[in-house]
Amino acid sequence: MPGADVSFFGLGASLVLVAVGVGLSLWQRLGLETRILWASARAIVQLLLVGFALALVLDPDIPLVWSWLWIVGMVLFAADVVRRRVAGEVQGIMPLALLAYLASAAVTLGSLFGLGIFPLEGRTLVPLAGMMVGNSMNATVLAARRVVEELRDKAAEVEIRLALGLSYRQAARPYLSSALRTALIPQVETTKAVGLVFLPGAMTGLILAGVDPLDAVLVQAVIMFMVLGAAATTTTVIGLGMLDHLFTRDHRLLPIPPATSA
Amino acid sequence: MPEMSDPGPALEFENVGLRRGDIDVLDSVTGIVPGHEVTAIAGPSGVGKTSLLRLCNRLDVPDRGRILYRGRDVAEIDPLELRRRIGMVFQTPRLLPETVRDNLVLASLGAGQAALEDALARVGLAPDLLDRPYDRLSGGEAQRVCLARTLITEPDVLLADEPTSALDPTPRLAFERLTRSLVEDGLTIVWVTHDLEQMRRLADHVLVLIGGRARYEGPPEGLDDRSDLADFMKGEPDAGS
Repeated sequence: MPGADVSFFGLGASLVLVAVGVGLSLWQRLGLETRILWASARAIVQLLLVGFALALVLDPDIPLVWSWLWIVGMVLFAADVVRRRVAGEVQGIMPLALLAYLASAAVTLGSLFGLGIFPLEGRTLVPLAGMMVGNSMNATVLAARRVVEELRDKAAEVEIRLALGLSYRQAARPYLSSALRTALIPQVETTKAVGLVFLPGAMTGLILAGVDPLDAVLVQAVIMFMVLGAAATTTTVIGLGMLDHLFTRDHRLLPIPPATSA
Repeated sequence: MPEMSDPGPALEFENVGLRRGDIDVLDSVTGIVPGHEVTAIAGPSGVGKTSLLRLCNRLDVPDRGRILYRGRDVAEIDPLELRRRIGMVFQTPRLLPETVRDNLVLASLGAGQAALEDALARVGLAPDLLDRPYDRLSGGEAQRVCLARTLITEPDVLLADEPTSALDPTPRLAFERLTRSLVEDGLTIVWVTHDLEQMRRLADHVLVLIGGRARYEGPPEGLDDRSDLADFMKGEPDAGS
């Protein structure tokens, strides 16, 4: 197979590109040298650790339950990232973030494996779940923040609607829609531009590893659709759930603290 | 006018207290809103008038005391039902996208053409305004549409939070006359104002709030005898606060 096998020498040689980053930072006095070096070092160590762990988990002789445990870990981590990135606006959304990812996992993995698109094994389960979680994280955080911003900026309009006797879900509907649209549009745009403007990671990786480009394209298309479905699910769950944090059960809009620079 | 009908007050405030941080926005406010009259909640700016109004339809809840609507604690009434019995017009005439019709339909889903035209007629607006975009109205027209939007829910009480403060004198007086006339239809009105002239023009009953406390309750004429409220009565903007 004409695949590109990167040796440890190759990995070392690629550090020249990190050196370019450090050099430019020095030249332009960005003060980012230490951070670039630290980030690169972390990336190598993390990826190597993940590589070893994956090799263990994905071993065909290891029971599938380890792959599922891996996914639980990823979902917990992702939910915590979402919680931390929204903590400036709203506290205590960890259960909601978890619910969003669980729903997303059920929808996407359920479809991919339920419809027999991929065979259910560690080798497919872990990477697909990883793509699903990782690629829908930004949209999830964006949705949560936009819901808060919309309801803060349009509080007067929301209260007019509440004062007319609308329930809080009805009163928030246009602002929730706007927030979800904002969160999802980048993903839709990415899906639209794929192949024309950029070559996505999974496909590039497959081609570099020697897979026929047409086969790589099929895998990539499925992954793009999975990410789209995942982002739509997580943003909707998180958006609807945020309403329960921003309104009381007796249909009052709670005061939302002003924006913090996160 | 007080003898018109329906015994008992529309709203009663019983030792109502509201805290925001370390500040008592409202401190043991007690008073009534008689039915089928205009009650003015008057006082300088920033004394808790709007806060008191927002407690009546449960946009906020008090920390102490309670508010009764027709003898029932508002905390025990379904808030969605309560807000259709106690409508509210806000200080800024703010319409929602896209048209006047959309605003009325939002308040009364399924209202037919005749009902929508009636709603506009009730506030002195022509039916051809129904399809006017929401941002193509004068301030006076917009506030009338806001009033129509509230009235179409057939409220029993109307909370008006300085509804004319953004209007020029002519539309302001017209809006006052219009609102005043609604009392004849059986509506009870609670009108927040810091404008003493307006209070005298409109009110049958007055509740003066200063520094979060009710300092006077009774007919507007009774205020003339209250030397302790002289600063407020002279229209000093910061009196008592």
